[in-house]
Amino acid sequence: MTDLVIVGSGPAGMSAAIAAYEAGIRDILILERDNRLGGILGQCIHNGFGLHRFGEELTGPEYAWRYEEKVRAMNIPFKLGTMVLDISEDKVITATNEEDGIFQIKAKAIILAMGCRERSKGALNIAGTRPAGIFSAGTAQKFVNIEGYMPGKNVVILGSGDIGLIMARRMTLEGAKVHAVCELMPYSGGLARNIEQCLNDFGIPLKLSHTVVEIHGKERLTGVTIAKVDENRRPIPETKEYITCDTLLLSVGLIPENELSKSAGVSLDRVTSGAIVDQDRQTNIEGIYACGNVLHVHDLVDYVSEEAEIAGKSAAAYIRGEKAESISVGIKTDGKIRYTVPQKITQNKDVNVYFRVSDVFRNVTVAVYKNGEKVFTKKRPKVAPGEMESVKLSCEIFSDCNELEFRLEQN
Amino acid sequence: MYDVAIIGAGVVGGMIARELSRYNLRTVILEKENDVAMGATKANSAIVHAGFDAKVGSLKAKLNVKGSEMMEQVAKELGVKYKRNGSLVIGFSDEDLETIKELYERGTKNGVRDLAILDREQLREIEPNIGKKATCALHAPTGAIICPYELTVASIGNAMDNGAELITSFEVTSINRENGAYEICSKDQTVSARYVVNAAGVYSDAVAKMVGDDTFTVHPRRGEYILLDKECGTLVSHTIFRTPSKMGKGILVSPTVDGNLITGPTSVDMEDKTDKSTTAEGFAHVIKETAENVEGVPFGKTITSFCGLRAVGSTGDFIITSPLKGFVNAAGIESPGLSSAPAIAEYIVDILHESGLELHKNKDFNPTRRPMHHFREASIEEKNAIIAKDKSFGKIVCRCETVTEGEILEAIRTNPKPRDLDGVKRRTRSQMGRCQGGFCSPRIVELLSRELGIKYEEVTKFGGESVINFGKTKGGKG
Amino acid sequence: MKRELTCIICPIGCSLEVEIEDGVVKSVKGNTCIRGKKYAETECTAPMRTVTTTMKCDDGSVVPVKTDAPIPKEKMFELMEIVNNSVAHLPISVGDVIIENVFGCNIVATKNM
Repeated sequence: MTDLVIVGSGPAGMSAAIAAYEAGIRDILILERDNRLGGILGQCIHNGFGLHRFGEELTGPEYAWRYEEKVRAMNIPFKLGTMVLDISEDKVITATNEEDGIFQIKAKAIILAMGCRERSKGALNIAGTRPAGIFSAGTAQKFVNIEGYMPGKNVVILGSGDIGLIMARRMTLEGAKVHAVCELMPYSGGLARNIEQCLNDFGIPLKLSHTVVEIHGKERLTGVTIAKVDENRRPIPETKEYITCDTLLLSVGLIPENELSKSAGVSLDRVTSGAIVDQDRQTNIEGIYACGNVLHVHDLVDYVSEEAEIAGKSAAAYIRGEKAESISVGIKTDGKIRYTVPQKITQNKDVNVYFRVSDVFRNVTVAVYKNGEKVFTKKRPKVAPGEMESVKLSCEIFSDCNELEFRLEQN
Repeated sequence: MYDVAIIGAGVVGGMIARELSRYNLRTVILEKENDVAMGATKANSAIVHAGFDAKVGSLKAKLNVKGSEMMEQVAKELGVKYKRNGSLVIGFSDEDLETIKELYERGTKNGVRDLAILDREQLREIEPNIGKKATCALHAPTGAIICPYELTVASIGNAMDNGAELITSFEVTSINRENGAYEICSKDQTVSARYVVNAAGVYSDAVAKMVGDDTFTVHPRRGEYILLDKECGTLVSHTIFRTPSKMGKGILVSPTVDGNLITGPTSVDMEDKTDKSTTAEGFAHVIKETAENVEGVPFGKTITSFCGLRAVGSTGDFIITSPLKGFVNAAGIESPGLSSAPAIAEYIVDILHESGLELHKNKDFNPTRRPMHHFREASIEEKNAIIAKDKSFGKIVCRCETVTEGEILEAIRTNPKPRDLDGVKRRTRSQMGRCQGGFCSPRIVELLSRELGIKYEEVTKFGGESVINFGKTKGGKG
Repeated sequence: MKRELTCIICPIGCSLEVEIEDGVVKSVKGNTCIRGKKYAETECTAPMRTVTTTMKCDDGSVVPVKTDAPIPKEKMFELMEIVNNSVAHLPISVGDVIIENVFGCNIVATKNM
């Protein structure tokens, strides 16, 4: 029996481990499928990480290293090259690696920190051929930054997620020509600063309300046909345009990787595709916690660490058998606010509630209703789907109700 | 000098090669692509048809029913997944019911066992998610599913293990007859054989013409498919066909042996034999008819879509002929070609024998092949025993389908050896899951490069110019 | 002259409105912190960028590196050329200076190799 098993050693897994250690837990085991700690940060060699946490701009590997140093200094045990195959409802973990073969560990508590994966081309059903040269942006990032190979010379990017924008700059610096970034929506899914420094700096056009409608080329990609889309996101045939290219990168969304959560019986939120959690990031299964991109996709790693620390600390309290007075308050959203994390409150304490909106809205108020009455407001000049928002609710709000409603109201 | 050269390493060529490897013969398979199973074999419905569909008395009818009866045993020997899940032809109207009755009659005449006509309630009892408007169905319990490229890889691998040879990237450009033997040329190689089997799929008419046979043509018919996540693989348990009409056979919905859900195919006659592109109209058609067949198919869970080209012969039936001594066509093998393949192989070998090929039993013939997925299907204890001997079986490379490095290396080292990413994919299921190779393809490129002794940037997706990388970063300066 | 910018200093990405006269920044609007003002001033006079890239190592692998301070924006490709023509020697630790003094900064490693 191990006190705490953490699945994944990215920023979420390491932050959670450190927080649990600092809360007094020593019997911890981190399981990491890659051959080093740090998760996906290892290939995110650009800067922009850690401004909130450390007051300086770090690259992905540097951010990861700050945590890895601590994990090593604390002697928190970890197993690399270890893939978790299954988690049962009674917290038995089945994993495999080269040295131990397939093995099982029973844990008192588990923190799920598996991260997310990129949406693949399959889900898009783009017409045309199936040549080589179509990659998710993250795969291209791995080829370029880790393996040191160029997966393309003439590139079109579909989707304006941050990884796509970052790769537009990266490929350009390495000598490729990025012809366009097409975004289906009328707004970008990436951060404004990335549009500026990754596209505008290099004169790469961002084509909003555009998509790729056909893929050409029998062996290697030879070109794509793009088109403008109407307000229902349907391509407008007259606007079709052919672009000669050898590479199509996809940056069309991230999906929390919750196959293991499902095997453990964790209930998932249909909107986030991550677990439904309380303020401690505890799932419906007592003693199983989730944090980071496996819970919901974050834009900033700093918030991943923050969330993971909550999970780590809470798991430590659970392992020690501490029980707080329990309440039950659900959080409902109005659709303009797509989701919140946490989705429910089970303890009477101050809580930061994170959320995302469904569209770009200007001059709005985030309003929280309790029993039909507005009990909290926060004004925002602009909110966008690509940028996670948060409000801090004090514990009084949770008294005498079993549901709060989050609404986005025009000022 | 080979005894037999088979042109085309699809399921038909593969099954023929295996059948010939039962005898003391020098057999070679010539394949124009970088791997086996690259034509219609790779992209079809993956169905073993019961045999009620083909016209009574046709070769299709005869070979389908026989092939379907043989398939379970063949699959067992070759370690290929096979599931007799049964098929249903669903009807939506009285007119459909009439057609279903005809299919019942025809099937019975063709020798298909245990056919039954189901009413609305009986249909829902065995398939609760069936489309709300379906009113009746033909039930064929002998219908089955199989993975066509797994079957082909296994049959060619088994033939090779029993002595047959495979030459890939051999595109036949001409065939000459010299002193009673055939000289088969590609742009840079020549192979001689006493007998030739033409199993060249959509190109079999072109190959026949090389020996002066222009009695038939073959044209490609596009079939587009959408494959869904394993989450959807249990929506139906049977293969669901629609009642055939003047508009064709329509869109089917079926579980696959690997647990996914397959929907398709469209049916569009084409001219270009190389055009395997999918279309927006095709997708719309598949989605619309699927929704009528089965309730609640979530196309948001699409894993991939693809297009296959059926080899449609000009006669309406399989074209199995011998236009001149020692040359046998296995052409126009469209549906039910996969189902018929084992029977076609026996039939072709009989024809070769009749035209003088001597058949002496190969005493060392081993009909069995270790299943490609033996590790995947092993118990934890068995797996640990394998890992203890070779630790690479403990290391997961493909996360979505949990494929180990050991399995990938084993596939790369086993006949017929894959030489590209897609070849590894078809043998191991790596890159086939939800992320479609996003995480694991860089590692598999590395393994292929190491095992084949080629440069990292020379690794392709499926041969030819389908390279993954263009060279090193840093301006290519190594 | 008026110029509109997106601040790239932090993930908020403020929209800035800059008033420039004779090449001198007169006023900055839209920033939510002092760094935004500073960014607008340099961006309109002498724009600077931090560059992150990789560099080849003597064993054929690549190590991620960055400039330890922003360099003039127009020098980015020149800097890439210099980095691409250099080789880093293993072992490497985070923060090791790999190339000294290029365009007023050092190229440092960002990963242990």
